[in-house]
Amino acid sequence: MSKKQNGSHRHADVLATDPDLPPVAVDPQQAEAEDRRWTPAKIALWVGIALLGGIAWVMLAIVRGETVNAIWFVFAAVCTYLIAYRFYSKFIERNLLKPDDRRATPAEYKADGKDYAATDRRVLYGHHFAAIAGAGPLVGPVLAAQMGYLPGTLWIIIGVIFAGAVQDYLVMFFSMRRGGRSLGQMAREELGVIGGTAALIATLTIMIIIVAILALVVVNALGESPWGVFSVSMTIPIALFMGVYLRYLRPGKVTEVSLIGFALLLLAIVGGGWISETAWGVEIFTLDRITIAWGIIIYGFIAAVLPVWLLLAPRDYLSTFMKIGTIIMLAVAIVITRPEISVPAITPYATSGTGPVVAGTLFPFLFVTIACGALSGFHALISSGTTPKMIEKERQTRFIGYGGMLMESFVAIMALVAALSIDRGIYFAMNSSAAATGGTIEGAVTFVNGLGLTGVNLTQEALSTMASNVGEESIVSRTGGAPTLAVGIAQIMQGVFGGAGMMAFWYHFAIMFEALFILTAVDAGTRVARFMLQDSIGNFVPRFRDTSWRTGAWICTAIMVAGWGAILIMGVTDPLGGINTLFPLFGIANQLLAAIALAVCMAICAKKGLFRFLWIPAVPLAFASVVTITASFLKIFSPVPAIGYWAQHTAFKNALAAGEESFGTARTVAAMEAVVRNTFIQGTLSIFFVVLSIIVIATAILATIRAYRHGGGKENEDAPVASRIFAPAGLVASPAEKELEAQWSALEPGKRPARTGH
Amino acid sequence: MVGAGAGQAAGADGALMTVPQVLSRARDTARELAWLFKGVMGENAYQAYLDHHERTHAGGLPMTEREFWRDKTDRQDANPEGRCC
Repeated sequence: MSKKQNGSHRHADVLATDPDLPPVAVDPQQAEAEDRRWTPAKIALWVGIALLGGIAWVMLAIVRGETVNAIWFVFAAVCTYLIAYRFYSKFIERNLLKPDDRRATPAEYKADGKDYAATDRRVLYGHHFAAIAGAGPLVGPVLAAQMGYLPGTLWIIIGVIFAGAVQDYLVMFFSMRRGGRSLGQMAREELGVIGGTAALIATLTIMIIIVAILALVVVNALGESPWGVFSVSMTIPIALFMGVYLRYLRPGKVTEVSLIGFALLLLAIVGGGWISETAWGVEIFTLDRITIAWGIIIYGFIAAVLPVWLLLAPRDYLSTFMKIGTIIMLAVAIVITRPEISVPAITPYATSGTGPVVAGTLFPFLFVTIACGALSGFHALISSGTTPKMIEKERQTRFIGYGGMLMESFVAIMALVAALSIDRGIYFAMNSSAAATGGTIEGAVTFVNGLGLTGVNLTQEALSTMASNVGEESIVSRTGGAPTLAVGIAQIMQGVFGGAGMMAFWYHFAIMFEALFILTAVDAGTRVARFMLQDSIGNFVPRFRDTSWRTGAWICTAIMVAGWGAILIMGVTDPLGGINTLFPLFGIANQLLAAIALAVCMAICAKKGLFRFLWIPAVPLAFASVVTITASFLKIFSPVPAIGYWAQHTAFKNALAAGEESFGTARTVAAMEAVVRNTFIQGTLSIFFVVLSIIVIATAILATIRAYRHGGGKENEDAPVASRIFAPAGLVASPAEKELEAQWSALEPGKRPARTGH
Repeated sequence: MVGAGAGQAAGADGALMTVPQVLSRARDTARELAWLFKGVMGENAYQAYLDHHERTHAGGLPMTEREFWRDKTDRQDANPEGRCC
C-alpha cells in the first residue's frame, strides 16, 4: 500500500505546502484509513445497494415473465453505477492516475478568471454533463431495441463502467496534467507526426459524418410534420431575441433569459399545434425531407459564420436548460409511472442479423449502434480542452470525468426504457424504412405482421390512433430514433401530466428537445471543424491560420458544410432508407474516435511506466478496436448486400449493366444509380476510417512497446506547481475534508487565496 | 460562496428540529440549488472574473459587466467549444 505515493514523492520539495496556510490536500494516510474503515452502517448501505442491484438484474436477465417492469432497469443501472463508481473508479484513481491534490491544476496556476477558472466541482459536473450529453444517447438505444432489451441494457451499463467512463476520466486527467491540451495535441506529442496527423484527419472526417447523421435525424423527425417544422424553426427567432437581450438589454442575466426563452419555446410548441390545424399553416409548413435538408444546410452555414453571441451562445443556454430539466423530469416520470415492458429479452434479430431497423448481428453491430451512453469517442474532445481548464483539484476528475459519463449512461438507459415501453408493432412500423413499408399505413401493417414476431398483431387503427394522438399525419417509417423516443416520452409523460389529451404536446416537446441539441451540435461541430481545417491548411498557406480572416473562415466553413451537407442529402434521397444504412457508419466513426483516445491514453500510461495496470485502458481499447474493425470489415467485405456497402454496390451495378429498370427497393434507374453512388461513398468512407484508425492504434502500440523496452518514456506533463487552495473531491465532503474546509473557512479572509467560480 | 457553507448546514443531524429550523434549512437548500443552477447555466462567470481580478490585483480596473460578456462571446468566436452528439 505504501507504493501508491511513489509518483508524487518525486516532486516532494516542489510541492511543499505554504506553512501559513492549512493543508491543501487531505493527508493520504488519513484518506486511506477513511476509505478502509467499514462501519456497520457503511457495510449495511453497500450490502443494500448490492442486493437491490442484484435483484434488479435477476428480474431483467433471469425471471422471464410476460412483461418486465421498467423500475428494474432503473435499479439495475443506478446500483451498478454506484458500485462501479465507489470501487472501480477508485481502483483506477489509486493505481493508475494517482492524482495529487498538493499539485495546482491549470485552473489555479494558469488562472485568468476566464477560460482558466477554478470552478466548484458540482457546477463543473453540470457543465461537463451538459457538454457531453446530446442526442446520441437518445437515438442509439432506440434503434438497438429491435434486438430485445437485454443486449442493449448490458452493453450500456457494462460498457460505460469499463470503457466509456474510463476513457472520459483518463482523457480528462491527462489533459489536466498538460495544461488543458486537446486530444489532437496529445496525440501528436505521444504518438509522433504520423500517428498525430492520422488522428487529426480521422477526427475531422469523423466530425463531418457525425454532424451529417445528426442532421439526418432531425430531417427525418420533421419531414411532413407542419407542427414540428413550425416549432423547431421558431427556435431561431427565439435564440436571436435572447442573443440581443443578453448583448444589449441585460448582459449576464443568463438564467432570466433562459426562463424567458423556455416560456417562448413552450408557446412555440403550443402554437405549432394551432398552426397544424389551419389550412394555410399546413400548406406553408408541410415540407418534404429534401427541402428541410437544404434548409438545415443553409442554416448550418449561416449559424457557423454569424457571431457566437447572436445565435450559438443563447441557443446553447436554452439547450442546457432543456437538457437538465427534461432529463430530471423524465427520470421522475419513469419512477412514477413504472411502465410494463413486453419486449422479449433477446429477439431472433440478435443472431439472424436481419432486423428491419439496422441490419447486422449482435456482434459487432449492437456495439456500434449504441455508441453514446456506453462508449463515445466524441467525449474525448470535450474531456480534453474545455473542462480540464476549470477543474479545481486533481482528485475531482474522478467525480467529474467518470461520474459525468455514468450520468450520460443513465440517460441512455432512460431512452431505452422509453423506446421499449411503446407497442412493438408500432415500434417496427415507425422504424422500418419507407422502402420496406411503402410509407403507407396498409403497407406498414402488412410488413410488420409479415415479420412473424410473436405477440405482435398490428392494426391500421393502432397506427392511425397513435398518429392522431401525437398530432401527426402519419407515424409510418419515421426512422432515425427521435420520433420513436418522442412517442415513448409522450406516453410516459401523459401518465403523469395531462393524460392522453396532452400526448401531442409531449410528443412535440420531445422532438423539440432533441432538435435543439442536434442543431447546437451541428453549428458547434461545424465551427470546431472549420477551425481544425483552417489550422491544417495553415501548414501550407499560413494566411489560413488567422482565424479572424473573414474570407478564409468563409471558405473553410463552406468546405465543412459541403462535406456534411453532401452526406445529408445522400442520406435523405437514399432509396435504401438513409438512416438505416448510415447509422452504423456514425457508430463506427464514434467508436473509432474512442479507440484513438484510448490508444493515446495507453501510450501515456506506458510512458509513465505503469505497466501493471496498463490493462485499464488496454482492455477497452482492444474491445473497441475489435468491434469497430470487425464492423468496418463487414461493411466493406460482407457478401450480404444488406450489410456490405460494396456488395450492395456491386449488386446494383450488375443489375444496371444487365439493363434492369428496377432492383430491390429501388424502383427506377435513377434510384438504382443513386444506390450505386451512395454505397460507393459509404464504402469509401468505411475504408478511410478504418485505415486511419489502424494507423493511430498501431503507432500507439509501437509507442507502448518502446516505452516497455525502456521501462518508461518521456513525460509531457506540465511541471508541478504547489497548490494554494483546497476543495473536497467528491459530491459530498468526507469527514476529513470537512475538517479541512473548516480550517480554511476559519482563515482570515485577507490570507485566504479565494476560490473562484462561485 | 454559498457552496462553502454546504458542510455546516448538514451538521445538526439526528435531533428533531423546530419549525423555524426546518424552514431555515429549506431556505438554505433552495438557495443552494439556485446557486448550483445558476452556476451550471454559466451565470456566475462575471463574479468569478471579478474575484480573480481582485485577488491578483492585476493592473487597472476590471471590465464592466457588459464588457465582460462581450469579451466572453468574442473569445468563444475565436475558440469554439464542441458540443457532443
